[in-house]
Amino acid sequence: MRNLRASLCALMALFLLTGARDPILVPEVSQHEVDLQQGFTGTELLLFGAILSPEGSRAAQDYDIVVVLKGPTQSIILREKQKVAGIWINAAGTEFRSAPSYYAIASTRPISEIVDDKTAAIYELGLQWLQLSPIGAINPEEQSRFSAGLVELNQKNGLYRESEGSVKVSEQVLYQARIDLPSSVPIGTYTAETFAISKGRVVASASSEVEVRKLGFERAVANFSDNYGFAYGLLAVFVSVGMGWLAGRLFALI
Amino acid sequence: MDVYLPIANLSVNGLIIVGLGAITGLLSGIFGVGGGFLTTPLMIFYGIPPTVAAASAASQVTGASVSGVFAHTRRGGVDYQMGAVMVAGGIIGTGIGALLFNLLAQLGQIDTVINILYVVLLGSIGGLMAKESIQSIRAERSGVSMAAKKRRHHPMVASLPMRWRFYRSGLYISPLAPLLLGMGTGILTMLMGIGGGFILVPAMLYILGMSANVVVGTSLFQILFVTMATTMMHALTTHAIDIVLASLLLFGSVTGAQLGAQFAQKASPVKLRLVLAIIVLVVAARMALGLGYRPDDIYTMAPL
Repeated sequence: MRNLRASLCALMALFLLTGARDPILVPEVSQHEVDLQQGFTGTELLLFGAILSPEGSRAAQDYDIVVVLKGPTQSIILREKQKVAGIWINAAGTEFRSAPSYYAIASTRPISEIVDDKTAAIYELGLQWLQLSPIGAINPEEQSRFSAGLVELNQKNGLYRESEGSVKVSEQVLYQARIDLPSSVPIGTYTAETFAISKGRVVASASSEVEVRKLGFERAVANFSDNYGFAYGLLAVFVSVGMGWLAGRLFALI
Repeated sequence: MDVYLPIANLSVNGLIIVGLGAITGLLSGIFGVGGGFLTTPLMIFYGIPPTVAAASAASQVTGASVSGVFAHTRRGGVDYQMGAVMVAGGIIGTGIGALLFNLLAQLGQIDTVINILYVVLLGSIGGLMAKESIQSIRAERSGVSMAAKKRRHHPMVASLPMRWRFYRSGLYISPLAPLLLGMGTGILTMLMGIGGGFILVPAMLYILGMSANVVVGTSLFQILFVTMATTMMHALTTHAIDIVLASLLLFGSVTGAQLGAQFAQKASPVKLRLVLAIIVLVVAARMALGLGYRPDDIYTMAPL
């Protein structure tokens, strides 16, 4: 009991001490809701904010800023093609419990110059440090090959992005980063995290949320298809027969 | 014209999809095949997820075959009795196809199986069609008419028990034969998103030995109902039909089908068949190359 109180006190003291020195981040996102609907061909989010000293004045110190936008994690199976008997077939695979459906990172300088590998791994700063939670006993070498494959695939699809040097800090107080969302962006609640880093140490972090959702007609169609399969199927059949019949009638008139 | 597809979850150029539908519609109008064998691979190539492509292609084939069925009905070119047996087989086939689809998807081999099926089926059918049409073009040129093949059903069909009379087809055979044929194409429809017309028509002619004037109408009749069943099956199991995508495809294909049908009346049927054979062989060759060359994406991802 006494030990516990002592350690709590120590922890409080640590918070107070560091809190006195560390800056405050005030983050903001250009839009908190991204609506997937007709005409959506992808969008650009502006993640911006201010770095303030604890007293509320400007920080007046050069911090490195790293911004991470992360989509909901999902369980996936990743398959690898190999050449077997002359043709390429899925020959190996592994499962990941927590692959982010979207991940974009932007920073003022290359991550490797800002923090050491250990810190980068703790805060998941960078595609190579994603904690994907692979399942099953596979050796580390194979694991890293599959992880790299997953990252490469998603980078190609535009769902994993890394842009070092794209965060702009002006007058040591305002930072801003632009992050692209492609049209194939998955729905869910995204977290936008901002880290202020000084001398290889994360001194402040703050996060906000972005909701990516389908709206109106698109949402209705997706719900209809998922929840009322039979009626949806009937509608699809009706539309296809109707359109075929209509075209036949129209062309008969010409 | 950007269109957001709510089930495929991506934005596409609507005009390209309409154009794609129009090309396959033209083919279906000219050659009397559904054109699904071309739509599905082209959509996948364009970046639409394979399951969504196969599921939505089935409804396009339905639309393209509707007007054909009406036309053949008017001139008495549909054997409803034979058609009903084949539809029954086809519906059983889509059920089996759905089970196979799930099993193969779990094993991660669905894409490979679909590709191999495409290569084998399109390659062999395309080869046969090409050979036959070249022979008849030569015969036409030399002025010697080819001896008409004696219409007879395959000996294996004759050995099946329980014979029925199919008056319009001019046949006295066991209904098991068309039932099995319908089942086979039903499985293919579910797996590959094709109508199966290019398999049905030769099979009805050379295996069942049906009379030629009801073959195309009856095969369209079977395709119409089996693709409807496939659409329902996809709606209930894979939930992968994108109605926006299907509508765009349909818009192109029903228009194309009408234009194609008008064109087909003017062109020489033998040459048309040779052109179709070449298209089929090109698709098969492209698929075969895809199997043998190192793919762009070694890795693929699927949700658990």
